[in-house]
Amino acid sequence: MLLIWFWLVAIMLTGYVVLDGFDLGVGALHLLVARTEEERLTLIRTIGPVWDGNEVWLLAGGGTLYFAFPLLYASGFSGFYLPLMMVLWLLILRGIGVELRMFLHSTVWSGLFNGCFGFASLLLAIFYGAALGNVIRGVPLQADHYFFLPLWTDWKTGPQPGILDWYTVIAGVLALAALVLHGANYAALKTSGDLNVRLRRTAGRLWPVVAALTLISLAATLYIRPTVLHNYQALPLLYVIPVLVAASLGSIWIALRRGNERAAFLSSCSYLICMMVGAAAAVYPNLLVSSTDPALNITIYNAHSGEHALAVGLIWWTFGMAVAVGYFVFVYRMFRGKITGSSQGYGH
Amino acid sequence: MNDALMIHRLHFAFTATFHYLFPQLTMGLAPLIVIFKTMYLRTNNPLYNRAARFWAKVFGISFVMGVVTGIPMEFEFGTNWAEFSRVTGGVIGQPLVMEGVFSFFLESAFLGMFLYGEQRLSRLGHWGAAFAVFAGSWLSGFFIIVTDAWMQHPVAFDRAADGTFHVTSFWGVLMNPWALIQYAHNMCGALTTGVFVVGAVGAYYILENVFVEQGRAFLKLAVLAGLFSCIVQIFPTGDIHGRLMASQQPATTAGMEGLFKTEVGAPVVLMGQPDAENQRIDNPLAANKVLSFLIYGTTTAKVKGLNEFPKTDWPTNIPLLYYSYHIMAGLGTMFVAVMACGAFLLWRGKLYSTRWILWIYLLCLPFPFIANTAGWMTAEIGRQPWVVYGLMRTADGYSKYVSAGNGLFTLLGFMGLYVILAILFLFLVRRTIEHGPVEEPAAEITSGKPVSVA
Repeated sequence: MLLIWFWLVAIMLTGYVVLDGFDLGVGALHLLVARTEEERLTLIRTIGPVWDGNEVWLLAGGGTLYFAFPLLYASGFSGFYLPLMMVLWLLILRGIGVELRMFLHSTVWSGLFNGCFGFASLLLAIFYGAALGNVIRGVPLQADHYFFLPLWTDWKTGPQPGILDWYTVIAGVLALAALVLHGANYAALKTSGDLNVRLRRTAGRLWPVVAALTLISLAATLYIRPTVLHNYQALPLLYVIPVLVAASLGSIWIALRRGNERAAFLSSCSYLICMMVGAAAAVYPNLLVSSTDPALNITIYNAHSGEHALAVGLIWWTFGMAVAVGYFVFVYRMFRGKITGSSQGYGH
Repeated sequence: MNDALMIHRLHFAFTATFHYLFPQLTMGLAPLIVIFKTMYLRTNNPLYNRAARFWAKVFGISFVMGVVTGIPMEFEFGTNWAEFSRVTGGVIGQPLVMEGVFSFFLESAFLGMFLYGEQRLSRLGHWGAAFAVFAGSWLSGFFIIVTDAWMQHPVAFDRAADGTFHVTSFWGVLMNPWALIQYAHNMCGALTTGVFVVGAVGAYYILENVFVEQGRAFLKLAVLAGLFSCIVQIFPTGDIHGRLMASQQPATTAGMEGLFKTEVGAPVVLMGQPDAENQRIDNPLAANKVLSFLIYGTTTAKVKGLNEFPKTDWPTNIPLLYYSYHIMAGLGTMFVAVMACGAFLLWRGKLYSTRWILWIYLLCLPFPFIANTAGWMTAEIGRQPWVVYGLMRTADGYSKYVSAGNGLFTLLGFMGLYVILAILFLFLVRRTIEHGPVEEPAAEITSGKPVSVA
């Protein structure tokens, strides 16, 4: 059962990365790719009706993590105190930037909201990548399972690292590049004309960057934490995941060359899913590894909630999420297709 | 009280208090919007649809504020109250994740359809979207109340050897009697905010002599719905809640009432300043024996004063608890009087032409927000010094590794950001009100192909 809950949490966070990932990508991208306010609005309209629902995956994912592994929630959230608070501020700015613009139509206000939206999206992508980097690298857990990380120390990955070091910076930059590529693929699917051409060109230019950073981060991960291969060696079937990562990257490239927008977007979804699943498979059954002593690791065995809660939870949680996925299918169907028409009411 | 504990308490209190200004408005407006949509369906009068569309705009602004200030709340359990989360996560993790899974997805999916889908949904379909948003917001409120109620009145748990709490009954937590009455009381409070905001805008339009017809519709609904919510707020929900509190949290009740010593035939202090050092009320204006009657139904019953409890178990800030409770109860009583006057004048057909009552409705605008805030302060300050009543002290719950300095840094950050949000909110709502409920094409989603939804 702990195995199930581990994967449910992983699925929720992966769902968040894939869904809100393209919102963030579009956000980080829109200041650069759009040439006019009209185009910028079109880009925002591609995510308008869905970003709020996508963000709920973070809340529901965080909630699921809290419910299933309270110790991880307590330790991780208090240990990553400063970056998490900044993530909250950025999420506030992003929400304001997307949503309040429709009430004010003027150059100055639009500029302000565009700035908020772009800046917050860009930094959020980097923060999420760095956060994942921290989980893989490990943190200086104390005997009581708590820790506190400063934003940076000496930029090395030693036993007393900061949130940012050379490794997590690579992870952050990779996340930014991958999410911008993802966002460009999504926006290309939803737009037409000049803007669409530029989005596809941007995606094409980003592809080599993402591919190179993926390789670099893989090498860096193996260098700082060779133990990530343990699960793979124990169950060689898992090697199919990195193969799928490579295949997804290849498929993005081919789809971009052929101008197949749908295939490019689905491939970048698959790339993100495989990266997340690969990371989860590497850390299992650990939830947060210690940079000082493996005996202090937070694992699914010492962090889990009560048996009754987890058993009953499987019933209502599965039911609730099935219904929620139903809403998503409904909403995405309702807003499917390319953005057309005037900019009046850019679409929630 | 050491510094870090104080900072973490302030951090949560500030962000929660600011956050709840918005959900109380959205939860209050949602059923009123559904009523306007229903009236439109039944009468075909476009005035009601325009009213629904106008309030949906205010709802939308408030909803965004509620969402962006609400996300920090879910994080702060872990960031600022790690030890509390670790120990109680086995219980309260459940309602918190249920809120995400059952209500946030519902709300976020249907809000877009409601705000922008009017032209591509059928009339009934659009009503359905409005209803789904209402259901989502009220469901969300329920899960939060369940979480708080468990902290106030823990049920359906056992404790493992390491002190952590684990749920023993899924329904036991959800159907906590404390949660049910607190939910009823709280939702009346939210509805009260909604009706007073709608009523104030209605009165403003009539006094300003713009959109008068709409203003009358607003005011009429406010008075009728408000008469219901304001009465039910006090009786039976407030009454039952108060008696439950007296039986389960007697020290809190004594603190709320400023009752330092046990008394037979205890009085209700209507006004006066509690002096916690000398354990007395200064300048008291009291009604004899009323407190005994309110709690036990008889004027001769004995009510426990604070002297019955060890000082370490006293609520940590008695004057603030006392004032919060008195402000809430005083305003609640005033609301009934305002709504009763309004209803009487409506019945006599003079509501829209009586300037003094219109002015009162206009000026009442801030009071329901204050009353709701004071009510929550009563509940949460009254729970002190416990974070889980009787079982875990607040002082044992905060994140020991997050220093006071780091806590203050982010508290100041939130304060700055929230000042900007508050200004933006007021500015946007004022613009919306100035613009008024005018006839305009419904904002339409221009992406994709239309789909028909029954």
